[in-house]
Amino acid sequence: MLQANQLTKTYGDHTVVAGVSLHVTAGEIIGLLGPNGAGKTTTISMLCGLTPADSGTVVIDGKSMHDDINAAKRRIGLVPQDIALYETLSAIRNLETFGALYGLRGGELKQRAGDALEMVGLADRAGDKPATFSGGMKRRLNIACALVHNPDILLLDEPTVGIDPQSRNAIFDNLESLKARGKALIYTTHYMEEVERLCDRVVIMDHGRVIASDTLAGLYRQLPAAQSLTVELEGTVNVTALSREAGVKNVQQQNGRLIVGMDDLAATSAPVLAWLAARGHRVNHIASDRANLESLFLNLTGRQLRD
Amino acid sequence: MNISMNALRALVRKDLILYFSNRRSLLITLLAPILIAAFFGSLFGAGNAKPSRIPIAVVDLDNSAVTGKIVAAMQADATLDVQPMAETAARELVLKGKMRAAVVFPANFGADASRAMFRNIDKPQVRIDYDPSQSITLQVVNGVLAQHIMKAVSQTMFSGDGANPPLASAREDVGKSAAMSETEKRDLLGLFDSVERVQTRFSLDKTTGAGTAGKGGMGGFELPFTTKAEAVMSNRDSKYNGYSQSFAGMSVQFILFMGIDLGVGLLLARRLGLWKRLRSAPISRSLLLLSAMASTTLIASLLMLCIYAAAIAFFGVRIEGSIAGFLGMVLSFGLLTATFGLLIAALGKTPEATRGLAVLATLLLVMLGGAWVPSFIFPEWLQTVSLAIPTRWAIDGLTAMTWRGLDFSAAIAPIAATLGFSLLFGAVAIWRFDWEE
Repeated sequence: MLQANQLTKTYGDHTVVAGVSLHVTAGEIIGLLGPNGAGKTTTISMLCGLTPADSGTVVIDGKSMHDDINAAKRRIGLVPQDIALYETLSAIRNLETFGALYGLRGGELKQRAGDALEMVGLADRAGDKPATFSGGMKRRLNIACALVHNPDILLLDEPTVGIDPQSRNAIFDNLESLKARGKALIYTTHYMEEVERLCDRVVIMDHGRVIASDTLAGLYRQLPAAQSLTVELEGTVNVTALSREAGVKNVQQQNGRLIVGMDDLAATSAPVLAWLAARGHRVNHIASDRANLESLFLNLTGRQLRD
Repeated sequence: MNISMNALRALVRKDLILYFSNRRSLLITLLAPILIAAFFGSLFGAGNAKPSRIPIAVVDLDNSAVTGKIVAAMQADATLDVQPMAETAARELVLKGKMRAAVVFPANFGADASRAMFRNIDKPQVRIDYDPSQSITLQVVNGVLAQHIMKAVSQTMFSGDGANPPLASAREDVGKSAAMSETEKRDLLGLFDSVERVQTRFSLDKTTGAGTAGKGGMGGFELPFTTKAEAVMSNRDSKYNGYSQSFAGMSVQFILFMGIDLGVGLLLARRLGLWKRLRSAPISRSLLLLSAMASTTLIASLLMLCIYAAAIAFFGVRIEGSIAGFLGMVLSFGLLTATFGLLIAALGKTPEATRGLAVLATLLLVMLGGAWVPSFIFPEWLQTVSLAIPTRWAIDGLTAMTWRGLDFSAAIAPIAATLGFSLLFGAVAIWRFDWEE
């Protein structure tokens, strides 16, 4: 449905987005994952026609966005990272105002505004002002405002920042419902848990570039190990020697933490701990984890996702 | 086109609802100019209000018939509020600012002034102690004193009251004078003879009740003219209303402040991501700016009409001139406010920093435009400079259509100038507007 090819954006000497390509189809959610400053928001801005790309194209159903920008905009709904609402205008007025920008009017506008509120579970607060809403309710209304013109493609720029888990789950339910209706969603976040729960495919960005793009299973396959044992200990471990032990896939040591990758935690962790004890390393703390996007990002960039 | 009109209507409606739903802010925006204009209007000559009299202390160290007449005449003068008192008390009251000036008549003032009437020697000195912060008072007191002293002294000289001592003394002085030539002495003594003849006739008239005495008699020197002041108004039945001037100034000032709110509001909207959401819709940038301009023009015009409605209802302000011209001024100033707000948004970086600078710029504009004090009392060079200030044109246009009562043709130049400045502000705003969040 939406295809971006080699999008590039530069401000002065700083290239914010460098040759990003991605695509999303109907009934699919793709996650755009990356740390702050990775270029996610700029990519979203180019996808919805807010920021012109220095080079590259955005194509919707075979038609270039530049050929008819307004036609493209009518098919896209943007949920900005900020809560972009008129706080002293009622919820329904907010929706009607934004809906009118897409040519909706009269009964159709009222119907669509009502449907959008219903969708995010705020129908009973239609006449209330967002200023009286909780953070989670504002976030839901923020999404509803992007839905009022019934777009085919929804671009969500970190739509759950700063809200409680209950509201987050409610938003996830909304997004899954939209996916079930055949909408195409691009969801940017730096929370890997959100991507793991929601997304069919993941595009990982860092420093303006796509560093990995695949399904979750495909990305995990890129990791050297499916599970890991993290050990906090004293002294420096002979990493090369430990790597040769049976079942050990890889070993990293930094800041007093030893991360040992393995495919079978139950079979390998005990011999690893015995190996460490035999060499006089005093273990202070042990933790195990399965492979996730955090470890994938660490593996790809050498940095934590939330650095 | 339909989508654009639909969007424009929705955006303008949204702005109107947002503005007018904030009742407290609206009330302040309306009340502030009305209250301040009422204050300034009452200061600068409101309607039929009488000018206040200048408080003056008088110290009479002479206590003669002449100074008595002068003090009585000063007390009767409508310009002054004269209070006789002791010299130390008078000086203390001037020092405290309770009196604007103290006039001190020295001892023997009456006799000395009469003697000095025809000679340029030994003139008695009237001391005027004045408050330096009220220096204009000095000119007023000097003028009033000159009038009343001349009248009282000349009356004494020509009336012959008190066995004619001033004239006899003057005759004696002239006779003894070594500085005067014989011709000069002869001429002056001849004048004194004439005066004595008049005095004799005046005395006879008083006895018989006929002649000049019966018509008011020897009144001394009088001003040889009277004045009739007439305010020049297009409508002879109307009167100048100081509130017309102050309402023009204050409405312009506070509506420009509303323009600042527009500019800062746009910056806040950009910070909140609202511009991002609006711009993601299939509408042009120019439509977004146009909607902001249209809604602000409407709001500013409605506010000005409300302020003038209060001025008409409670302060006697009248649209003596062209109503069409007045409405044209209101609308063009509304547009100026809108483009001024856009200019602020275009040049400003953050809402916080922009507000302070914009307030300063607005205060300069209204000060130089004559909103606080009428521009006609500015120095000439400043009057010329202020022609480059849009508020000057707006205020001049509004006063032309209110108390000056001029016709529509007098509104054309102010409307054109105001629209010209709007065009300039709008063009710079569009050129400099930073669309990137």
